[in-house]
Amino acid sequence: MSRARPYLRPAEPLWWAHPPYLAYTLREATGLAVAGYAVVLLAGLIGLASGESAYAAWLNFLKSPWSLALHLLFLTGMIAHVWTWFQIMPKTMPRLVIGRRVLPQRWITAAGLAVAMASLIIVLLVAVWTQP
Amino acid sequence: MKRSVAPLFWLPFGAGGMLSALIGPALVLITGLMAPTGTGLAPGFMSFARASAFARHPLGKLILFGVIALFLWHGAERIYLTLRDMRAAGKLALMWVCYGTAGALTFVTAAALVIIGF
Repeated sequence: MSRARPYLRPAEPLWWAHPPYLAYTLREATGLAVAGYAVVLLAGLIGLASGESAYAAWLNFLKSPWSLALHLLFLTGMIAHVWTWFQIMPKTMPRLVIGRRVLPQRWITAAGLAVAMASLIIVLLVAVWTQP
Repeated sequence: MKRSVAPLFWLPFGAGGMLSALIGPALVLITGLMAPTGTGLAPGFMSFARASAFARHPLGKLILFGVIALFLWHGAERIYLTLRDMRAAGKLALMWVCYGTAGALTFVTAAALVIIGF
């Protein structure tokens, strides 16, 4: 007895590298920036747990051109993530009805982007105000 | 009917996505570009003493754990779904690699925060 095998439509192996799917691939690739940045932070945390010299080594790595280039890449990915995240948000959330009208999707996107911009400025201000 | 485990991974994906959309660019700017180059921030901004004090404080611990773990799970979900759609490998193998890495690193994060002390 053989199990029924589902039909898999033949797909070109590199479909994700061509438009219109390339936009999807790039959007999902922002996950690499988000997770990659978490790994860098975790390395610093491990340095902190291991002692002063290990932490100093991490700080030195952050000053290297490799790290600065990597963080520029992270920043680009993060900004693309912010942009696409709020494009998707109105599509994944329940419709917002105010009065008797459905709130247009682009308003929700605009509101999300405005909140993201405000929180970016707030975090930067907190960093600047609390510096030694 | 066998229940899907996918919804379990949507919560940290969504939470990490929202958190990184709100504070991700600012954090990269601060810890990755401004502090190391001394642009707009004092040289001792991330000194051992300050970073230790931050990581010892309960609120600092919560922020560090939340940011690192949720960012990891968000990225893991996106990488998993994309590799699955690319048919890079079997579904189960990809789940083990992506979620397994995120899980292991989450554990390391918690362990480091405990070792740093209170």
